[in-house]
Amino acid sequence: MTLLDSRARTGVVARINPVAKLLASALIALPLILTLDTVSAAVALALECVLFLFAGLTWREFWLRTWPVWIAAPLTALTILLYGEVSGEIYLDWFVVRVSDGSIALAAATFLRVLAVALPSVVLFVTVDPTDLADGLAQVLHLPARFVLGALAGLRMVGLFLDDWRALELARRARGVADRGRVRRFVGMAFALLVLSIRRGSKLATAMEARGFGAATTRTWARASRFGWREWVLVGVGAAISAVAVAAAVWAGTWNFILGPR
Amino acid sequence: MPSVGSHPGTPAGIEIRGWGWRHASRKAWALADVDLVIDPGERVLLLGASGSGKSTLLHGIAGVLGGDEEGEATGTLLVGGAPPTSARGRVGLVLQDPDSQVILARVGDDVAFGCENLGVPRDEIWPRVGEALDAVGLDVPLDRPTKALSGGQKQRLALAGALAMRPGALLLDEPTANLDPDGVADVRDAVGRVLDATGATLVVVEHHVDVWLPLVTRVVVIAGGRVVADGAPDVVLGAHGAALAAEGVWVPGIAPAVPGPPRIAPGEVLLEAAGLAVSRVRGESVASGLTLDVRAGEALAVTGPNGAGKSTLGLTLAGLLRPAGGTVAASAALADGAASAPIAWTSKQLLTRIGTVFQEPEHQLLTRSVREELEVGPRALGLPQAQTHARVDELLERLRLSALARANPYTLSGGEKRRLTVAAALATAPRVLVLDEPTFGQDARTWAELVALLARLRDDGNALVVITHDARVVSALHARTFALTGARS
Repeated sequence: MTLLDSRARTGVVARINPVAKLLASALIALPLILTLDTVSAAVALALECVLFLFAGLTWREFWLRTWPVWIAAPLTALTILLYGEVSGEIYLDWFVVRVSDGSIALAAATFLRVLAVALPSVVLFVTVDPTDLADGLAQVLHLPARFVLGALAGLRMVGLFLDDWRALELARRARGVADRGRVRRFVGMAFALLVLSIRRGSKLATAMEARGFGAATTRTWARASRFGWREWVLVGVGAAISAVAVAAAVWAGTWNFILGPR
Repeated sequence: MPSVGSHPGTPAGIEIRGWGWRHASRKAWALADVDLVIDPGERVLLLGASGSGKSTLLHGIAGVLGGDEEGEATGTLLVGGAPPTSARGRVGLVLQDPDSQVILARVGDDVAFGCENLGVPRDEIWPRVGEALDAVGLDVPLDRPTKALSGGQKQRLALAGALAMRPGALLLDEPTANLDPDGVADVRDAVGRVLDATGATLVVVEHHVDVWLPLVTRVVVIAGGRVVADGAPDVVLGAHGAALAAEGVWVPGIAPAVPGPPRIAPGEVLLEAAGLAVSRVRGESVASGLTLDVRAGEALAVTGPNGAGKSTLGLTLAGLLRPAGGTVAASAALADGAASAPIAWTSKQLLTRIGTVFQEPEHQLLTRSVREELEVGPRALGLPQAQTHARVDELLERLRLSALARANPYTLSGGEKRRLTVAAALATAPRVLVLDEPTFGQDARTWAELVALLARLRDDGNALVVITHDARVVSALHARTFALTGARS
């Protein structure tokens, strides 16, 4: 629950504007999504590892935050290995499973790609405070304040939903209906949670309106969201990782544009 | 700066002439022909029974009733000479539920929110935030997470957020109904200090007259959508006190009826906790080393400040939460062939042994009508149809719910919902009944009904565990008290 954890963090990267982190992640991800080759992903991943050293995370934290990625990447690769497009020599052919030269290469590329795209996003966003992100989205990217602040206030209510969910579970046990019908009970609880959240939401909207939210006046911002040289450096690092990865793939002759002619 | 009829920060008068409001979904007018003029700096207590329209009036003054799609208005309503919707920030509104008013994640940011919306320059916002937090006596760092605050602190935070806008009038809608006694006093005293410092106009809606009587200079009574009494507090309460008390308002000097002392002596032990530690989330125990017993024919009151773990203890005794340490054991008479630990019982086995009434009625509602709601338990037990019907009819009668038998439970009033959830627990006749804050936010009439009902259950030989911070409940039920001290104050 990265975004719900409002703990203050220290470190070089933690102080950087979240918008820059968003842009850097996007710049790294974009070319890797557009090509399917081992070289670009491997180069990007290697360069990212240098970036991670400055992210202000302890090793323990790094593994704690990124473990789902380490599970998802090999699983995705395995699927491609067994069912991916067949080419070259076939090593295993059983029912719909075919492991070939082609599927091995694709699986390796996929494994590295998932890591190279997901790890920097996770690592950069661990240090993002939702309030700072909202400030950045509204002040730097000039997204509508009404939308950004509404989402921010709504996000804060997710914690209350977790408490509600627990209470709903206990109440069903107390009412004598928790022994059977798990699916039906789940649907009922989901509906009850929806009703509760709509009620809470409308009360929150009233409280926000009473504090002048949505007034005709131009809104000011109590916290300045700055986009200075640190931010440009991070965006530059993202662009550089991208450029080096693409250049390496083109130089090695493995660049494989998924939208291009085959 | 927003366009306002009078200067921001100066006390604002309120002028209401022939004003009425009808909710879009209703045929009847919630308020009609209201005439009320409140001078700048006056302090008004708005009284009335549940459903009298007093909250609607307050929300109208605050300008948060919504646009044409929400309802229809007639007459004029001016705050500081301007309609409230065009003078945002001239009034500050504090509502009842502490959790739904916190807007942002950090204390400082939350207080600054109103100023930002009003377009106050950044350099001016932070001094205002500091002043507002000082005024309400909320002495915490600006980056303190708002979710770490207690209920009373959250209400003072909401007050600070309103105050930072420098409003000419403060509007409070039952701001202390969900608080423990310490929280109530803190919030009331903070409001008093703020009014003395700013001279702002005050309009407060509240069932508990005694809380606000020291502060107010005028009492206005709303009934049937109109102003029916208006004047100095002692005059209005003298003339209308008895009638208001009958409608459920807590009038000082008119205590609701309480039942007599227990007719039977406490009987056998039904539940026993030894060295008990309780936690809602695994690994975070909120109270430990608890040893207590629950006896037939006796009420046990679990008391203590907010956050002391009262509810968690109640839910653990009720066999809903697994003890984090120590044991909860049912006597052979209560277990009746089932295992000794209630947490090991099935959901169905709990029904006839331990019933639970949750603090939030919405958490335990399962069906679309009051009657079906009462049938849930007997059905789960597999009782024959005829017996189920007889039981449900009897409960509907006993808890004055017969007229509402086909109503959707979500549409009931707070008092009706409370009666329904108690009735639903009683439908399976459990030996032990655990109730979490049963009188929370209830008017005097519902309060008296609930206490009388609980006393009868006790005298019938049932065991009651009542989690409460209402000292009147404890004495009215002649309850034995188990006090949790709490780690934080």
